[in-house]
Formats: sequence, structure tokens, C-alpha cells
Amino acid sequence: MVVVLVDSHTQMKLTSKLALCLSIATSFATTGQAQQISGAGATFPAPLYQRWGVEFNKVQPGIQVNYQSVGSGAGVKNFIQGVVDFGASDAAMSDEEMAKVAAGVVLIPATAGEIVYAYNLPGVTGLKLSREVMAGIYLGTVKKWNDPAIVKDNPDLKLPNTPIQVAYRSDGSGTTYVFTQHLSKISAKFDDEVGTDKSVTFPVGVGGKGNEGVTALIKQSPGTVGYVEYGYAKDNGLSMASLQNKSGNFIAPDIASARSTLSNVQLPENLRIWPVDPEAANDYPIVSFTWLLLYKKYSDPAKLKALKEFVTWSLTDGQSFSESLGYVPLPEAVVEKSKAALATVQ
Amino acid sequence: MSAPEKDIISPAGYRPAPDLFRILCQTASLLTVLMLGWIIYEIIESAWPAIQKFGFDFMSTSAWVPNRERFGVLPFIVGTLASSFLAILLAFPLGVAIAIFLSENFLSPSIRQTMRFVVEMLAAIPSVVYGLWGIFVIIPIVKAFGDWAVGTLGDFPLFSGPAYGNSLLTASVVLAIMILPTITAISRNSLASVPKTLREGAYALGATRWEAIFSVILPTAAPGIVAATILGLGRAMGETMAVAMLIGNSSRLSWSVLSPSGTLAGLLANQFGEAQGLQVNSLMYAALILIGITLVVNMLGEAVLRYTQKQTAGIR
Repeated sequence: MVVVLVDSHTQMKLTSKLALCLSIATSFATTGQAQQISGAGATFPAPLYQRWGVEFNKVQPGIQVNYQSVGSGAGVKNFIQGVVDFGASDAAMSDEEMAKVAAGVVLIPATAGEIVYAYNLPGVTGLKLSREVMAGIYLGTVKKWNDPAIVKDNPDLKLPNTPIQVAYRSDGSGTTYVFTQHLSKISAKFDDEVGTDKSVTFPVGVGGKGNEGVTALIKQSPGTVGYVEYGYAKDNGLSMASLQNKSGNFIAPDIASARSTLSNVQLPENLRIWPVDPEAANDYPIVSFTWLLLYKKYSDPAKLKALKEFVTWSLTDGQSFSESLGYVPLPEAVVEKSKAALATVQ
Repeated sequence: MSAPEKDIISPAGYRPAPDLFRILCQTASLLTVLMLGWIIYEIIESAWPAIQKFGFDFMSTSAWVPNRERFGVLPFIVGTLASSFLAILLAFPLGVAIAIFLSENFLSPSIRQTMRFVVEMLAAIPSVVYGLWGIFVIIPIVKAFGDWAVGTLGDFPLFSGPAYGNSLLTASVVLAIMILPTITAISRNSLASVPKTLREGAYALGATRWEAIFSVILPTAAPGIVAATILGLGRAMGETMAVAMLIGNSSRLSWSVLSPSGTLAGLLANQFGEAQGLQVNSLMYAALILIGITLVVNMLGEAVLRYTQKQTAGIR
């Protein structure tokens, strides 16, 4: 007779391993009949959507969500062609694009992002940029860090007499769209010389591919400033400037100030709006929603049910993952409107 | 004596059945040509609105303003040519030197074999890895060099400041490393295939190793080395990912190798995903121009190759 002595620690390890084996086995077993939902679109919210897919699968093992980050433009194209179950876009969809979808379109704000001026100036923190300087930097009219226009708002900072190196996104992106939209609104000269689009030609600077490319540019060369999504700047420990909003206050970029902007937005019927130049005293100026694109009618009832469950979960429980990934959780009022819009999907 | 069996080979000497191998080869080569034709047709078709709108001005204007629908790719054509030629300038001497070193008996064969393997391994590294490596390793070096160069040689337009890390020079340095294995491998092959008798003859006439290499071996292998350079140039022009990550993607023309520039391939990679309307047509037009440039370079290369073959025919 063999007596096997197993201490409680090993036993626990064994049970947890057994549990793991079981869960792997069951997950394989369920993939066979799992309801697949496929989506494609914007790259900016992709880390969040993919996380949602994983987390939602833990709650609802019978539903698998695959999201491909192909870019907003391509996402809209795929959605119009009907090759995906849902699309995603930083620029929502234009009326013209929506008219091409026979089944009808429901736009659902799913999360939001804020765009920051990230900079690399050793020893300088808490930089403030006025509206005039924000546009001036990207027009090439504010050329040095100790330009009087910058010094005026930062009397306590020791700003170096070095050229401002400007970084921008070289690839077409929703980030550039929202950023140039804001600058065009606050500066007539910027509107005239550069304008708003997913890719524009700035008169100065060097282009990096993707948020990560611009982040690398800023990190590597002291004296560089660039616009990136808040999450990227935060993860990489970049300094971020406080920006002047319409009411004249300098607002530091963080989740709270962005949420303030979002909760002051009056959403229209189709939920498509950009808070281009928010007015309230504590609103961070450059904030934007990003949208999920759903059809109004789905022919497959099982798919419809699964999709609705996923989106509902994303709008409620899913929002708790936003902040840690650098996104802005939606205010309650927006969630309610999004849910109401979701209810119209059949 | 009975007559030989005639059921396998016809009196004419051919098999009576259709020659399947020949048909297979013909189809394969025909398909390749058709494929190229199809690609070019598709590109021209989708580029047509831009071709009609901009005509040849597309190649001579420097504007890339999607929101104003003004498109011109002169800076990208210049950037494509400049980065590739600069890369060849850096990679050619290095590549040929390595090829000579690997084909002569300076070292024991086992060490040479290992080194050859290492150089050829460079070709197996994915382009995006070169890009990342360039960002973290080459950019700081080029930036430091650039700051120094602007300080000392700044009056010379090629080195006028300010110096950027993401610049034409950075992209060219990384491109040079990327095309090094192509140049080295093909040059080495042609150097190694120089007849032994020629080599021995040179030594028999009292030539030093230096003289033998420069007046006999290199000229004999010249056509192969030229071919290697053309292939390298072709690869440099078409390279996309690494260049898009390093060159700075600017649509401004500049004389300085230290300022950001842009290439046609990089432009396509950057903007195609989010492009719409006339921008897509213009990108296709840019792709057509890139094909055109590559074609012209290959034809020039072929001409140079034939010329060198003719010139060196006497030696072989």
C-alpha cells in the first residue's frame, strides 16, 4: 500500500491546474457552437474593443467578438459592403455614407478619447499653451520654446532658447481629424492654411506613423512637441501641456476634465457630434467620441441577440476598462442615449 | 533483327502525346505576364480620375493636401530617388568589399562560410524590425551626427539645419543595411565564378594580390556586380515599412539630407487606409509612377549590364 502525502499547498496547485485544464477543455468545446461577431474599423479604440471582446467572452462564453483594427475609413467601407457585423469609426459616418446602407445605420458612441500636446523638454513640467500658441506651433509661426507668446503664460518656467520641433501623424487618422478640426475652429489662419482632414499638410514638422510613431519622435528628441492620444502619452510618461479652452482657462488633460467636456455635450438625434470647442469653464478642449456602427436590421436573430448583449455589456460593465487603457468612460447621460439607440436595432 | 518499338517515340522523334511539361511552363510564364498586365490595368483604371485631373503636372508639383484636393508627388519622387541612390552609395563599396573578402582566401573556408551566412541572414530580418531598430539605434546616432554636421558644415546646403532624427539620411543608412545582403551575395557569386585559370595566370605573370583583384578579378566579375547593384536599387525603391517609419514622411522639398523627406511607397503605406475619393485615385497614380520609375531604372540597369558585358568580354 502506498501512502501518498500531499500537503495542502500542492493540493491547491493541483486543483487549480485541473481547473485550468477543464476550462481550456470547455472553451475548446464551446468554440464549436459559439456565436461569432465580427467587427472592423478604427485603430484608436482597438485596444479597448479587443479587451472588451476578451472580457465579454469570460462573462458570455457562447459569444466571440473579433475586432480588426483596419482604420476608420476601411471600417466604414467594410460596413457599407456588409462584410462585417459592426463597424467602428472615429469620424462616425457621413450622411452620404449612411445613405449607401440599405438596412439603415445606428451610430453608437462607445468610448471617447482626448488628444494632448505631449512634449519633451527636460526639466519643464506644467507647460501651458494658449489657443494662439496651439495653432502657432503647427503653423510654424511660434518657432522657439522661449517665444514671448509661450513665456507670457508660463512666467515661472525656465524655457530654453531652442527650436520647437513639431511632430505629426503621417498616416491618415481620426486623431488628426479631431485635432485639426479643433485648431481650424480656434484659428482662422489655421483653417485657411491647413484645414481639417484625416491627413493634412502642416507647414512644419516631421511625420510619425501612428500614435506610437509620434510618441517615439517626442521621446527621442528633446524640444519636440506632438499631438497624441492621452493613453499613449500617459503610458510613455510624456509630459502633457495644459491647454486653454474657450472660456480662457488652462485645463490639464486627464480623465476628469475630458469627462466634464463629454457630459456638457448635447447629443443630437443621430448621436453624431463633435465637441469641437467646448465652452464650460473646466472642459478640456480636444475631446472626441468614437462610434460603433450597427445596422438597423439584422436578418439573423441569434446574431442580433449576441450583438445586442455585447454592446449593452460594453456600454455598462465594459466602461470600467476604459480608464486603465487611457480612454474616457462615457458619462451616464451618454450611456442612456446610446442604450436607447441600441434598442432601435432589430 | 526486329525493328525497334515505335509506340513510344514517333518517327519524327517526338512523343505522340502533347508535351505536358512544355504546356505547364508556357502557362506559368503566360500567367506571370498576364498578372502584371492585370495589376497595371487595375492601377491605371483606379488612377484615371486623377490622371485626367492633374495630367503630368502631378509629377512636377509639390503639394499633397487631401482636404483641398490638391495633389502632386514631386517631393516623393525626389525622396524615392534620393534615398535609394544614397543607400546604394553607402552599400555598394561596403557590399563589394565584403564580397571580395568572402571570395578570396584571406580566412579559412569555415570562417568565411559562417560570415557569408551571417551577411545573408540580414536579408531574413523583417522590414518592420529594421524600422524599429532604426528608431532606437540609428536615429540617435544620425541626430548626433546631424547636430555636429549642421554646426560645422551647415553652410553647405546638403547639411543645412535643423537636423532631425527622422530624416533622409536615417532612412538611407537603414536601407543600405537592408540591401547589403543582396549586393554581397550576388557579387560574391560572380567573384567566386571567375575562372581559376585567370587568377592563376595573373599570379604567374607576377601580379600582387591587389593587382590581381583590381585588374583581373573585379573586371571579370563586373557584370555580376552591376546586376547586384541594380537588384539592390530595386529593393531600396520599393521598400516601404522601414522607410515609412524612419524618413519623417514630409511633403516638403529640401536640399538637406538631415531634414525629413518622403517616398512614394511610404506615402501609399501611410495614407491608403484612410483615403477616400480623389485621394485614392491620386495614390494609385503615385503607385503607377513608382512602377514607372522602377521600370526605367531596371532598363537603365540592363543597358549598363550589357555595356559592361561587352567591355569585359575580352577578358573572359
